[in-house]
Amino acid sequence: MADEQNQEVSTPAARPQGRPDRPDRGPGGPGGRDGGRKFFRRKKVCKFCVEKIDDINYKDVRLLQQFVAERGKIVPRRLTGVCTPHQRQLTGAIKRARNIALLPFAAR
Amino acid sequence: MERAYEVMFIVRPDLLEEDVDKLIATLQGHATNAGATLKNVEKMGKRRLAYDVKKFSDGQYVLFTLNANGAAIHELERRLRVSEPVIKFITVRTDEEQQRLDKIRKIRASRVKRPPAEAAVATEGESAPAVGA
Repeated sequence: MADEQNQEVSTPAARPQGRPDRPDRGPGGPGGRDGGRKFFRRKKVCKFCVEKIDDINYKDVRLLQQFVAERGKIVPRRLTGVCTPHQRQLTGAIKRARNIALLPFAAR
Repeated sequence: MERAYEVMFIVRPDLLEEDVDKLIATLQGHATNAGATLKNVEKMGKRRLAYDVKKFSDGQYVLFTLNANGAAIHELERRLRVSEPVIKFITVRTDEEQQRLDKIRKIRASRVKRPPAEAAVATEGESAPAVGA
C-alpha cells in the first residue's frame, strides 16, 4: 500500500474497486469525486472521529451495519478509513452484536 | 463489588405478551433476591434474528440494566439458562466503558471553549503513517 503517499499519481487500477462485498461507506471523506477520480484518491477519514461518536455500542445495529460487508465480514480499516482505536472498538461491538443475533456471523 | 451490567436476552417469538411480562417479573424477582438492583428494564420488541437460534428466526428482545456483584450475575445467568422460553442471552459489563465515555465527554466539554486551530491539525496527520497497512 505504498500508493497511500503519492496521492497525485495513483492510477485507477490501484483502487480496490471491483470488490462486490464492499459496503456503502456513507459520508466518509471530504471533497473527493469532483476532482476527477483518475488523479485524486479520496481521502478517507474516520467516521467516528469526524462525527464525534464516542460510544460504539453493540445495540446500534444501524451504525454497525455500515462496517459489515454483505457476507457479514468486518470491513478492514484500509477500505473504510476508520482509525485504529475506533476500529478496535468497532470490532468488539460487532462481535458482541453477532453473539446476540443482531448481526450475522456469515450471511448466506 | 458492585458493578454495572447489561443483560440482554431473547425470548421465543411465539410467547404471548403477558407471558413475557410474567417472565420478566419473575427474573426481576430472582435478580433482586440475589442482591442486584435493577436500573431499567426495556422491552425492545420483536426483531428478526440475524441467524436461526433454536430453529427460531424471530425473537423478542429484552434488556436489563442493573448494578450487581458477580454472584448475582452468575445466579441470573443460571436462571436464564434454565428458563425454557429464553433462547439466547448476553451479559455485558458497562461501568468501565461508561467511565471512559465520561472522561472523553469531560475533555471535550473543556475543549469547546477554545476550538479554532484544533480541527485543522486533526485532519492533517492522516496520510503519513499508513504505509505498512
